[in-house]
Amino acid sequence: MNMLTMEPAAPLLSIRDLSMRFAKNRSLSDTIAGRPRQIVSALNGVDLDVMPAETLGIVGESGCGKSTLARCIAGLHRPSSGDIRFEGESVIGLKGANRRAYNRRVQMMFQDPYTSLNPRMTVRDTLREAISVHRMREGAAIDRRIDELLDLVRLPEGAADKYPHEFSGGQRQRIGIARALSLEPTCLVADELVSALDVSVQAQVVNLLLELQDNLGLTVLFVAHDLRLVRHVSHRVAVIYLGAIVEVGPSEALFSRPRHPYSQALLAAAPSLDPADRKRAPALSGELPSPLDIPPGCPFHVRCPHAAERCRIEKPMLRPVGAGMAACHFAETISAA
Amino acid sequence: MANPQQETVLELRHLRTEFGSRQHPLVAVDDVSFAVKAGEILGLVGESGSGKSITLRSILGIVRPRGRVGGEILWKGRDLAALDEAALRKVRGREIAMIFQEPMSSLNPLLTVGLQISENLVAHTGLDAKARKARAIELLEMVGIPSARDRLGDYPHEFSGGMRQRVMIAIALASNPQLLLADEPTTALDVTIQDQILRLIQSLSRDLGMAVILVTHDMGVVAQTCDRVAVMYGGRLCEVGTTSQVIADARHPYALGLLRSIPRDVAPRTPLYSIPGAPPALNALPLGCAFTTRCPVAGPECRDLRPPLETVGQFHEVACHHRVEALAHFRQQEAAQ
Ligand SMILES: Nc1ncnc2c1ncn2[C@@H]1O[C@H](COP(=O)(O)OP(=O)(O)OP(=O)(O)O)[C@@H](O)[C@H]1O
Ligand SMILES: Nc1ncnc2c1ncn2[C@@H]1O[C@H](COP(=O)(O)OP(=O)(O)O)[C@@H](O)[C@H]1O
Ligand code: SF4
Ligand code: SF4
Ligand SMILES: [Mg+2]
Ligand SMILES: [Mg+2]
Repeated sequence: MNMLTMEPAAPLLSIRDLSMRFAKNRSLSDTIAGRPRQIVSALNGVDLDVMPAETLGIVGESGCGKSTLARCIAGLHRPSSGDIRFEGESVIGLKGANRRAYNRRVQMMFQDPYTSLNPRMTVRDTLREAISVHRMREGAAIDRRIDELLDLVRLPEGAADKYPHEFSGGQRQRIGIARALSLEPTCLVADELVSALDVSVQAQVVNLLLELQDNLGLTVLFVAHDLRLVRHVSHRVAVIYLGAIVEVGPSEALFSRPRHPYSQALLAAAPSLDPADRKRAPALSGELPSPLDIPPGCPFHVRCPHAAERCRIEKPMLRPVGAGMAACHFAETISAA
Repeated sequence: MANPQQETVLELRHLRTEFGSRQHPLVAVDDVSFAVKAGEILGLVGESGSGKSITLRSILGIVRPRGRVGGEILWKGRDLAALDEAALRKVRGREIAMIFQEPMSSLNPLLTVGLQISENLVAHTGLDAKARKARAIELLEMVGIPSARDRLGDYPHEFSGGMRQRVMIAIALASNPQLLLADEPTTALDVTIQDQILRLIQSLSRDLGMAVILVTHDMGVVAQTCDRVAVMYGGRLCEVGTTSQVIADARHPYALGLLRSIPRDVAPRTPLYSIPGAPPALNALPLGCAFTTRCPVAGPECRDLRPPLETVGQFHEVACHHRVEALAHFRQQEAAQ
């Protein structure tokens, strides 16, 4: 965040009313019966600003749209409607050189360190390919840059000429990070980057990410389901429910005093490390409703302990509450309780 | 805490499971001894590859491809390790049930969920068709599947990941087992669903006296669910104690490091503690303490001299030659932060 000037900085990414619908493949019986294709609404009007050099955590239940949002931002999906602006310019429908430039500056890193690297390419080949495609360096400078990158992500000497299977999961994640950094991006989109790793290895990769971000001034979108980790690395956090942001705010404020009933339930469900906190009943009953069939009014009303008549009819808008924003009609009274 | 009056149902004595040739065995579980009482939930934690799953599989005699299992597995006084396959089959799935780490691969995609539960009831109970259907509905309701009656005819792919895992639990519980072996039953699930499933397992253990061994690598899950914990490293037990002893007063350098690497009570965005190095390969385990190569307080004798589990308090056992130094080291670290 911009600490030096008092003026609020302009957002790096500005997302407005972003929606993404997927047409489901029709089953045979649906085709025979002439039923229309079903539509999955993965994102339903996401509004979100991402500030330069901040880490924005994104949390929510499985299937709520975190990866879809990440992929839209990284240009891997074309949204059905809405806009994504990068440094003020819309990136929807970018073509040619402009598309390539955007794709270089916003890099996605994937969850699965096993499938996102080509098993038949050495680390050097992988990095060389990325560097050459975008003409980041030429000739001998490429190999120098490869050494620099491996040093940056703390891979041991000699790693360059090994194949992915010769590395541990944490090391493979570092290779993925090195590949993303080889393009000198402005923004990293980390979708469940460390979820598959053991706790102690997670710590190593997270430390690396924090350090690189501070040194290189990177903006990071950090999608993860480990709330403790998200709290630790993020400046701000966005909570998604059924493809829309229900709360966003400074990390410490959101975790110490969540305003939206869904954020409250999500945080209460995360297992505390204190055995004395033990509870008998689950924090939230029921499951995420199907994105084929999003409830009217407040999408959370079917599971919300505070739902009132108004919630079934009127959809709450994201609005300022406390230090952040929340989409709940009763956010003030509920969080005061 | 489980009632100390409760009887011990399972006792492992010097369990050892090895693979490979007899000349060069790969020892995945080495001299593991512990006991579980009726109504007690024992957590088994450790990083991936530490031998948690093989320990559970050894109990049921389903180590594949064939591993050699040694030691005693006393199930209500009977040694399962000495039983033949036919006798074991009578225990497996009936008195002792297991939930596997990979839920998707353990349901048959071609059979309806109702049929899969029913098959288990045929195998392990004397219920007739009508009673089996009623029991199947009851089980699905117990694990929180809404409109259970209507879902008996659905195939596994028609359920979400969390629901499939609950179906697996319903199948495991069909025969009213006295011991449930649960291998990371919630690792792939959302915190909300995880919370629901853990509360369910907890109430079954409390109300029906079912004993549980719960494998996990999440210390939060342990804190919220288990009565006692056994920490594994390199196929051996390094610390055993009540949940609060291990979480609040760990003594083994590995357990201390593991707990330290979880972000709690640390300033946001500061480096997390991480255990240096990587876990040893099975063919490179030292003769002495398995943690030697990564231990911050290892002494010259650690490599060759195996530390035995020693009592450090009521219910609390630790296997380390340098417990005093370990505590001092981690206290110092803490003070430095
Ligand atoms: N290509 C696609 N075709 C059809 N449906 C899709 C497609 N991609 C995503 N979806 C659906 O959109 C919804 C949001 O999916 P998404 O992958 O963004 O969830 P997520 O929040 O990342 O979940 P997780 O935590 O499990 O990774 C889900 O219902 C998913 O099934
Ligand atoms: N069939 C096998 N042959 C050889 N080694 C095995 C076999 N199955 C498991 N192992 C090894 O045994 C160790 C313990 O495995 P496991 O119990 O699955 O670990 P975890 O604690 O992750 O559940 C690992 O090093 C694993 O690679
Ligand atoms: S708007 Fe109503 S239903 Fe929605 S979260 Fe707020 S109180 Fe609950
Ligand atoms: S001090 Fe020695 S015995 Fe104790 S954990 Fe370290 S290496 Fe093992
Ligand atoms: Mg995802
Ligand atoms: Mg396992």
